Amino acid sequence: MNGKRWRVGEALPELVKPPVTQIQLVQYSGASGDFNPIHTVEAFAKAAGLGGVIAHGMLTMAFVGQMLTDAIGERGQLLEFGVRFRGMVRPGDVITCRGTVTEVSDVDAGQVVTASVEAVTQDGTVAVRGDATFRTGLGRAEATGQGGERG
Amino acid sequence: MKGFVGQSSRPVANEVEKGAIRRFAAAIGDDNPLYRDENFARQLGYRSLVAPPTFPRTFDFGAIPGWTLPTDGLIHGEERIFYHRPVVAGDVLYCRRTLVDVFEKSGSIGQMIFLVFHQVAAEADGDVVVELRSSIIHRPTADVGGGMA
Repeated sequence: MNGKRWRVGEALPELVKPPVTQIQLVQYSGASGDFNPIHTVEAFAKAAGLGGVIAHGMLTMAFVGQMLTDAIGERGQLLEFGVRFRGMVRPGDVITCRGTVTEVSDVDAGQVVTASVEAVTQDGTVAVRGDATFRTGLGRAEATGQGGERG
Repeated sequence: MKGFVGQSSRPVANEVEKGAIRRFAAAIGDDNPLYRDENFARQLGYRSLVAPPTFPRTFDFGAIPGWTLPTDGLIHGEERIFYHRPVVAGDVLYCRRTLVDVFEKSGSIGQMIFLVFHQVAAEADGDVVVELRSSIIHRPTADVGGGMA
């Protein structure tokens, strides 16, 4: 049903995002409804002692989310995803997302997999770090959550 | 603030819109066709476009009556999301937040007040679709803004 079998210690495929841009922060503010000016207004961010605008923590978490959904594939589902925000991300930063499988259990046709995840900037600063748990080997109705009766 | 622990907002109806999903996917630079191409999503069995994993953080979870979240000196500390089923365009989700904990710490950056919220997005019949746990750090001593949220 699902070919991919994860094992403990295995790395999730890394995701390297294009450099974060100021336009992207404006775009993300609009798309998320988070209009805190520290993300978009340079003068405000400087006055706040940040040295310039910084990215939304949730934008970096979204990058890690992309790495996860790319790794999980269409017959799996994310069950839980949590991070701590640890470092600031600024326009020009190149974010790399990575993860390592820490726990695997076999269930029905698939697995429940837990991985540690993080996003780092080009100089190795950890921007976010956390963990995620996902299920693989689901049937179409289970994977989409649209099969009528849900368990 | 402690007096508001255990208090909840009244549920707010959030309609999950295709345009909102497409704009969110564009903003985060994720070209997954599930977020953009409705025919592709339908071929995989979804009713419509699927929302990216962190999209539920954009829902309006309502305000706790009588209480205003301070806007200055906020830092997003932690975020954890629990998924019961994928969120898809066309969903109407009833979202509310509860302040579950408030505690203080003093660290190298001064006094910090931790606010922990539990947020639930559920269907009209009460079936929970997504839960979020957010930890927000408030620094009363911070002059302006000053946060990474």
